[in-house]
Amino acid sequence: MSGAAFAYTATHEFDPARRTVAFVHGAGLDHSWWGLQSRYFGYHGFNVLAVDLPAHGRSEGPALTSVGDMADWVKKLLDEKKIKTASLVGHSMGSLIALEFAARYPDSAEKIALIGTAYPMKVGEAFLDAARRNDQAAYDMETIWGHAAQVPFSGNPNPGMWMYGDTLARLARLAPGVLHADLNACNAYAGGMEAAAKVKCPVLFVLGARDMMTPPRAAQDLIKAIPGARAVTASLSGHSLMAEAPDATLDALIGFLG
Amino acid sequence: MAGPKFPGFDTLALHAGQSPDPATGSRAVPIYQTTSYVFRDTAHAASLFNMERAGHVYSRISNPTVAVLEERIAALEGGVGAIATASGQAALHLAVATLMDAGSHVVASSALYGGSHNLLGYTLKRFGIETTFVSPRNPEDFHKAIKPNTRLLFGETLGNPGLDVLDIPAVSKIAHDAGLPLLVDATFTTPFLMKPFELGADLIYHSATKFLGGHGVAIGGVLVDSGRFDWEKSGKFPQLTAPYAGFHNMDFEEESGTRAFLLRARREGLRDFGACMAPMTAFQILQGVETLHLRMPRHVESTRKVVGFLSSNSFVEKILYPEIPSHPDHELAKKLLPKGCGAVFSFDIKGGREAGRKFIESLRVFSHLANVGDAKSLVIHPATTTHYRMSDEDLKKAGIGPGTIRLSIGLEDPDDLIADLERSLKAAK
Repeated sequence: MSGAAFAYTATHEFDPARRTVAFVHGAGLDHSWWGLQSRYFGYHGFNVLAVDLPAHGRSEGPALTSVGDMADWVKKLLDEKKIKTASLVGHSMGSLIALEFAARYPDSAEKIALIGTAYPMKVGEAFLDAARRNDQAAYDMETIWGHAAQVPFSGNPNPGMWMYGDTLARLARLAPGVLHADLNACNAYAGGMEAAAKVKCPVLFVLGARDMMTPPRAAQDLIKAIPGARAVTASLSGHSLMAEAPDATLDALIGFLG
Repeated sequence: MAGPKFPGFDTLALHAGQSPDPATGSRAVPIYQTTSYVFRDTAHAASLFNMERAGHVYSRISNPTVAVLEERIAALEGGVGAIATASGQAALHLAVATLMDAGSHVVASSALYGGSHNLLGYTLKRFGIETTFVSPRNPEDFHKAIKPNTRLLFGETLGNPGLDVLDIPAVSKIAHDAGLPLLVDATFTTPFLMKPFELGADLIYHSATKFLGGHGVAIGGVLVDSGRFDWEKSGKFPQLTAPYAGFHNMDFEEESGTRAFLLRARREGLRDFGACMAPMTAFQILQGVETLHLRMPRHVESTRKVVGFLSSNSFVEKILYPEIPSHPDHELAKKLLPKGCGAVFSFDIKGGREAGRKFIESLRVFSHLANVGDAKSLVIHPATTTHYRMSDEDLKKAGIGPGTIRLSIGLEDPDDLIADLERSLKAAK
């Protein structure tokens, strides 16, 4: 792999006797977006790898430019750590990576959970263009559309934290071009239905009823394309389910992976 | 196509951080006057303690009413979050104690509230944390005072009591070039008049006792983090970037990225030092925050009228308000404080200490007391009160003379304030 790759392990050494869960973040974000959920699984009998994709968080760049390359990158990371099978939990762009991973490497995918997902995951031209120019407007769009509309007028489940501010601060740490590379990868991904047909493992969808970026209706074709897939909808959450509905998201994952 | 818009300041001041109470539908923020919270079961309890689930455990660490205030101030400042504390002084202490150990060093503006000067200059020194005080008027002095063990640069957005305007863009650049964060006390400006994070500051605290509350009924502080300072890249803060035995070997930066500072401040600072805010206090301060955007323009407008009156009074020797062209920071204030320079300022009365005494004792509308930022107008003589522990030399450095009077302009009819001042100046002659 080119560049140093980082994955959060919840302060636990890898134990080959344990099952592994890999968490894959969305566009412009990093491993810490999974803070509550990844920590839970790390302390409840799983090996955890909450990855930072290249050029995100603590992993070196350059950013990858396609969902397929990102899925291959996750596979290489697991191979390096000698992990033969893992469940993948992906959010937004990370959900496409998990889907593509399960299609490309069916023997390595134990289960996949797709959180805040849609297919196709089209990104508006104004958003893409602002990201291409590294314009603050792109970070603002990601922040506002990335949460339910009521978020600025309601309390954060994490006491004392301001969700908009947290997202903006994360995005401010990104190198120029990274958000655009991510959004463009989502927008260009065309292999969703083909991948769905190849998936052999159990699949869970976790959706936010108030999601403005990937509304639940935009995931229905994909859900129907995967026989046996289960779907859970968090009624009050927008796109940032791990932050907006942390307990509902965690409970859904515990029920699925546990 | 126009992009989406963030809610405006006025809307956030009323709504950020609170949903109508899910249990009762209460529109006002309920006062959760409780020390502790019932766990659903043992697994839930364990998950809360191990930070696998968000929620409240014990009100020294977090409380639902206090959390509304914290989130609201973070929203108004544009930070990632905030921690409400027992006082503004507790907020300053929490910031310092989270970032440094014995052997560390602070570079601070010399124009500080007397209590902050005491904490840094004397009290923290006993615990091995040294401070070098420098003039806020010369940002380069901050640079010159930085040592290998420096961990923080600190100043007030508007210095006390000379209203020195901290050149936050310049000082924050000096801090960042040295891999250090800049903390500012924004009590005098509030998020309505200035957004220090947008100018380059990394951490902000307020004495919420002052304009945020505005009513003079509650003591409190709030510490806000921008989440923009990269502790890992700096390499100077093992408190946030190395495993901490005091909290399950947690590496706070690895665990939470942008939230590292607040995570340690809450989980260690509030846990161990315990200077938390009471729910009733948070409720009271929230009542003030909800009208901050209405009160601050009136405070500034009345202050301008009072300053205008004093400028033409022959018994007034000097006025220290940055909107006056003679103030050393006038040009900087125009750039950093276009909405106004607040409602606290000082002036020197002719006749020194005795004239000052007569003046203060003649006032009827102004209240002589040790506070600022109240809805009621206030007056004090710093040399004998807020700054009395400072040496003459330090007083001079802070721009305080024997006849310096500090006023905090409230929300009364400004004509009544001017009449009170005019009559008392005559009495002091």
